[in-house]
Amino acid sequence: MTQATVQPVRIAGMTGGAVAVVLAVLAVAAALPLVLTNYQIGLATEMLIFGVLAMSIDILAGFAGRTSLGHGAIFGVSGYVVVYASAQAGLPPLAAFALGVIAATLVAVVFALLAVRTSGVYFLLLTLALGMIVWGICLRWTQVTGGENGMRGDVRPAWLVTHQAFYWAVLTAAAVVSYAMWRFVRSPFGLTLLGIRDSESRMRSLGYNVSLHLFIGFAVSGFFAGVAGALYAMFNNFVSPSTVALAQSVEGVLMMIAGGVGTLFGGFVGAAAIIALENAVSAYTERWQMVLGVTFILIMIFAPEGIIGMLRAMLARKKR
Amino acid sequence: MNTFQLLNGLTFAALLFVVASGFTLIFGLLRIVNLAHGALYLFGGYIGFAVATRTGSFVLGGLGAMAAIAAIGFVLDQGLLRFVRGNELRQVLLTLGFAFVLNDLALVIWGGDSFTVPIPQLLRGGMRVFGVFYPIYRLFVLVTGIVVFAALWALLNHTRLGALIRAGVDDAEMVEASGVNIRRVFLVTFLLGSALAGLGGLMGGAFLSLYPSADAEILVFSLAVVIIGGRGSLVGVGVGSLLVGLLNTLGQVMFPEFAYFVIFGPMALLLAFRPLGLFGRAAST
Repeated sequence: MTQATVQPVRIAGMTGGAVAVVLAVLAVAAALPLVLTNYQIGLATEMLIFGVLAMSIDILAGFAGRTSLGHGAIFGVSGYVVVYASAQAGLPPLAAFALGVIAATLVAVVFALLAVRTSGVYFLLLTLALGMIVWGICLRWTQVTGGENGMRGDVRPAWLVTHQAFYWAVLTAAAVVSYAMWRFVRSPFGLTLLGIRDSESRMRSLGYNVSLHLFIGFAVSGFFAGVAGALYAMFNNFVSPSTVALAQSVEGVLMMIAGGVGTLFGGFVGAAAIIALENAVSAYTERWQMVLGVTFILIMIFAPEGIIGMLRAMLARKKR
Repeated sequence: MNTFQLLNGLTFAALLFVVASGFTLIFGLLRIVNLAHGALYLFGGYIGFAVATRTGSFVLGGLGAMAAIAAIGFVLDQGLLRFVRGNELRQVLLTLGFAFVLNDLALVIWGGDSFTVPIPQLLRGGMRVFGVFYPIYRLFVLVTGIVVFAALWALLNHTRLGALIRAGVDDAEMVEASGVNIRRVFLVTFLLGSALAGLGGLMGGAFLSLYPSADAEILVFSLAVVIIGGRGSLVGVGVGSLLVGLLNTLGQVMFPEFAYFVIFGPMALLLAFRPLGLFGRAAST
């Protein structure tokens, strides 16, 4: 395409202002371990990991109009493979990491093959059911998965054992995959997904292969969920059926919605908000599930656009 | 598969039918995918258990479970879902949040132990059927499933309410335009569907027992039934329940570790060719 208008200076696809904001956020995030306690660094690490998961769900929900309740399973499979590969099969951490991400992508490919023909509630139900199969296998295939007890194993390489080092590694990974996801949704391919979200029939009559686009979108989304899952396995050094359970998918979706559907980076905001809430609530009560449920209900009724959506609406009102 | 296993599959199918028919009624008419249905089942089981052990009456337990779950359904529909009407996705996710709350509440009240609803004296023991000695209670579940099917069939096909429900499944707006208070039909259907979950909880609680993750298991089976059978079709639920019940038994016998695969493999294959299920029709909107 020829550009007739004068374009602002772009660095890596971003305008100068955006680059400044991104660098500032990264600098602050990178400096956090210098002032936080080890426990808080752990929380921040978790926020980053779940932010990536929420973003991967947002690729489908916000840009292809398909909300998946199966991403917790994809996330968890990656974790299982990473722990199994390093603790049971004795592979080096990086190889285990790569295997985990590949396994998650393969699971996503299988999910996608089945799910691309459905939309709306049916998509939700199908991904939920598929996720439950994975959960059922992790629970029952005791010889390999350790059943209800899960699997434990030191997955982290030696140079990432300290809280700070691991946080920085996760931050780097999160920054790289966030940038990749952002480029992905802004690419012509991502714009086609947006078109499918808004009108599937129109895109079809324009000659786009809707199923193929959704399939690739799902696989890519699964790849990123797998990255998050592999990081989480390294963070915890432990996986159990609750890592792949429906609650995991639900939490991911909730974070994505809390941040704002279709905002992509809102995933980090949502993840930070939910994990902070979980942490605060757990100090007072063991009833986190109930609080999570109530939060879900309240967000659905009062703030379906999420935190960023609400802020945007408030800003728009002020400007007027 | 021998006769004993076949009967196991059939009785499980009967239980699934009772639970999933409630699910599909609500899904078909109100377009609400009630992901709290599993939690309603479990809650119904616990309440049925509590009533049945206090009063010593299985029938009272069943009535108590149905009434209590219908009441919870009323709160869910009128208290929460009314705020998100017309938005499918928000409804689904709201019911999911509700399920989390219900499950945790059950955990607070009844703890994490597993309970089995006491079977009345009359239904204890076993009897000879088709050459095998089989528990009477499970045969009773099978009969109850058939009775519920017949009752729902009669309700849907031979009463005014049933006609309204069927018309509403096809085109709710048109029914409303012809002067029917469709909201009331919706509410009655929601309560009926919830009560069926409660009944299922009591029935299942007596042979599958009740424990904190039982809700998710029954929900997944119900989803499979509805996905196979299609939205809002009673015959679809019947066929779906039979398929899932029998496949599940087959899977547990032959590949215990991958029993889920045996159910969901065919389901996924079916979806690839008939995305709306065997008996589903496209929504008229």
